[in-house]
Amino acid sequence: MYELKNVTKTYNASKRKITALDSVNLSIPDGQMVAIQGPTGGGKSTLLQMLGALDRPTSGEVQLGSSMLSKLGDGKLAAIRAKEVGFVFQGFNLIPTLTALENVETALAPLGVSGAERRQRSQDALASVGLSERFGHLPAELSGGQQQRVAIARALVKRPDVLLADEPTGALDEDTRDEIMELLESFWRDQGLTLIIVTHDSAVARRAERRLHIKGGKVTELAAQPA
Amino acid sequence: MFGTYLRRELVNRRKQTVIISIGMALAIGLVILVNSISAGVQGAQASVLQSVYGVGTDITISQAAVAPTAGAAPGAFAFGSGSGATAGGTTTLNQSTLTTSRTETVFDATQLDTVSATSGVSAATATLSLTNMTFSGQLPSQATGTSGTTGGAGGAVGGQAGSSTTQTAPTGGPDGAGGSSFSVDNFTVLGLDPTGASVGPLSAVTLASGRLLTAADVGTDNAVLDSSYATSASLATGGTISIGGTTFTIVGTVSSSGSDSVTASDVYIPLDVAQTLSSNVGKISNIYVTASSSSGVDQLATSLKSALPTATVSTQADLASTVSGSLSTASSLVSNLGTWLSILVLAAAFLIAILFTISGVTRRTREFGTLKAVGWSNRRIVSQVAGESVVQGLIGGAIGIVVGLVGVLVVNIIAPTLSGSAAATSAATGPGGGGAGGGFGAAAKAVASTTVTLQAPVTLGIILIAVGLAVLGGLLAGAIGGWRAARLRPAEALRSVG
Ligand SMILES: Nc1ncnc2c1ncn2[C@@H]1O[C@H](COP(=O)(O)OP(=O)(O)OP(=O)(O)O)[C@@H](O)[C@H]1O
Ligand SMILES: [Mg+2]
Repeated sequence: MYELKNVTKTYNASKRKITALDSVNLSIPDGQMVAIQGPTGGGKSTLLQMLGALDRPTSGEVQLGSSMLSKLGDGKLAAIRAKEVGFVFQGFNLIPTLTALENVETALAPLGVSGAERRQRSQDALASVGLSERFGHLPAELSGGQQQRVAIARALVKRPDVLLADEPTGALDEDTRDEIMELLESFWRDQGLTLIIVTHDSAVARRAERRLHIKGGKVTELAAQPA
Repeated sequence: MFGTYLRRELVNRRKQTVIISIGMALAIGLVILVNSISAGVQGAQASVLQSVYGVGTDITISQAAVAPTAGAAPGAFAFGSGSGATAGGTTTLNQSTLTTSRTETVFDATQLDTVSATSGVSAATATLSLTNMTFSGQLPSQATGTSGTTGGAGGAVGGQAGSSTTQTAPTGGPDGAGGSSFSVDNFTVLGLDPTGASVGPLSAVTLASGRLLTAADVGTDNAVLDSSYATSASLATGGTISIGGTTFTIVGTVSSSGSDSVTASDVYIPLDVAQTLSSNVGKISNIYVTASSSSGVDQLATSLKSALPTATVSTQADLASTVSGSLSTASSLVSNLGTWLSILVLAAAFLIAILFTISGVTRRTREFGTLKAVGWSNRRIVSQVAGESVVQGLIGGAIGIVVGLVGVLVVNIIAPTLSGSAAATSAATGPGGGGAGGGFGAAAKAVASTTVTLQAPVTLGIILIAVGLAVLGGLLAGAIGGWRAARLRPAEALRSVG
């Protein structure tokens, strides 16, 4: 359960003050699938960072469950990210020197999971995204879709409460996009995740339970379109 | 995870690993080489001093030279009217004097007792440094050739040029033309206590033939010769040598390890005989002291200085500063150029490691941002970066040790020879020293030189220092790189294009 109250985020970029989020009030119940849309520079990624405990707002409150993210220190935020939040990025963001399996394992390292269990859980996660054959491959040896599958496995191996995806299909072709979306939706359905997806793609957004539009740092609710 | 990630980074970012490691390797290798050569030069200096001042000598004591008074001018020959044998207008002279070496000043032998009684002295022995000067040759007789009228008598016998002209050419002398022919022969004589050879000059020599002086030689006219002097003077064991007009039996020859050390002398005779012959009864010129503990040398030198206020007390360390020649050039080269070069290369290597680590961290901004998003704490990221740098440093250190050892091996194979000279501390050139008789180039050896081969040793300590420096360089680079990585805000890091 997310509860955002008067969340404002400003950046000081070369003398100009940019308001990326402007008094956002928002509440997202557990298990909801939300699509966030809006023009470029509207503040979508900034909102996702607030939700994902990557950054604190300039003012206002961000609450996830019982944790007041806007008041926690760096160490506590890192712990929350490690336990409760999974991220998927547009650019996959795999560690280029690590194999697919090792990339997935990085998510379990801060949780103090033992080596053997870490490996087993990571293998299971890769198998669940259809990459059983690719454990030892480096990211450069995988296709874009396969890399994003590895990233999804990395995000989900910790069994988080929330999955945040910032344009997860933005770098993929249409067929692959559908595969990845189906994969994310199936996890959302099966695991009771809260799934928040930033997307430019209306076809993707249409599949969400709820759609938000953000422009100039202001969030507006879009009426759910009939499926 | 730490180990896997570390290994993958080092292997997959091989270029950075290689550059940092090579920089570190060069620096570490140089540090080892310079350290080792410096130790070798110190060793060479010690061995020069040893050959100059004798094995086991920690402290030498002498007396500062004072300007000799005119009357006491050493080495003055006194040729009375009756001296020599005059025959046919030619006087043949053969006179030898045994005097104190011009560079030495004698002092009372009781000072040896003072030294021996000082606590911290393990052994002490006294010597008397002398020079024997033999004048041999022929001079024209006093009257010969001074006037033409008396020229005939001498000329008839001594030369063919004799005539009865009024303006007679000088006649007489060995060439019959009123000239003279003579030679002055010098050699150094060292009076020493034949009973104690554990410290002092004879401790640094090896027996070449015959025997050394023993307690039984006290008061006898027995001499031991330096083998190279014996050869040049065509003398041998069993023969005799005239010292100060007294005939000595040569009982043995020795070769000194240093070619011309201060303590090495041409001739060694019992101290008491030397004192009597040179009219220096109860006098000595040098005392050689062994301290009972090597760490107590400085303390002992201080107590000796207060016990003997007029004496010059020199320790090995004082003496080391007197070593000159290519050895001292090498020493200053190593201590100046070598040290600065090592520091420079080390600083450059550290800088390279730091800059490459920083640039690596910058390049991996998005990677670290991702890891932070995944939940990695700053501490985990810092230790990852630091770990990579330390391992790179260690790889460099390991290669550097090999490089350094190869360098040391090369030096030891080439084995450069260095010559070192040690100016005798007692060789004070007093203002009157040169002008006051003695003459005939009788200057005693004030400078002793010796040649040593440079051997660069490698100690465990040097290796440990090298490893320590490698770790330090890695830690430094890792700390700075890690700090940069920790400072990255995860949101910003993810934004960076990479
Ligand atoms: N670190 C930052 N420093 C300065 N300005 C920033 C920073 N991050 C974001 N901004 C600005 O804040 C605004 C919102 O950025 P944000 O990335 O949230 O937009 P977005 O909706 O995700 O856009 P896009 O669709 O292009 O990804 C933009 O004007 C951006 O330039
Ligand atoms: Mg964005």
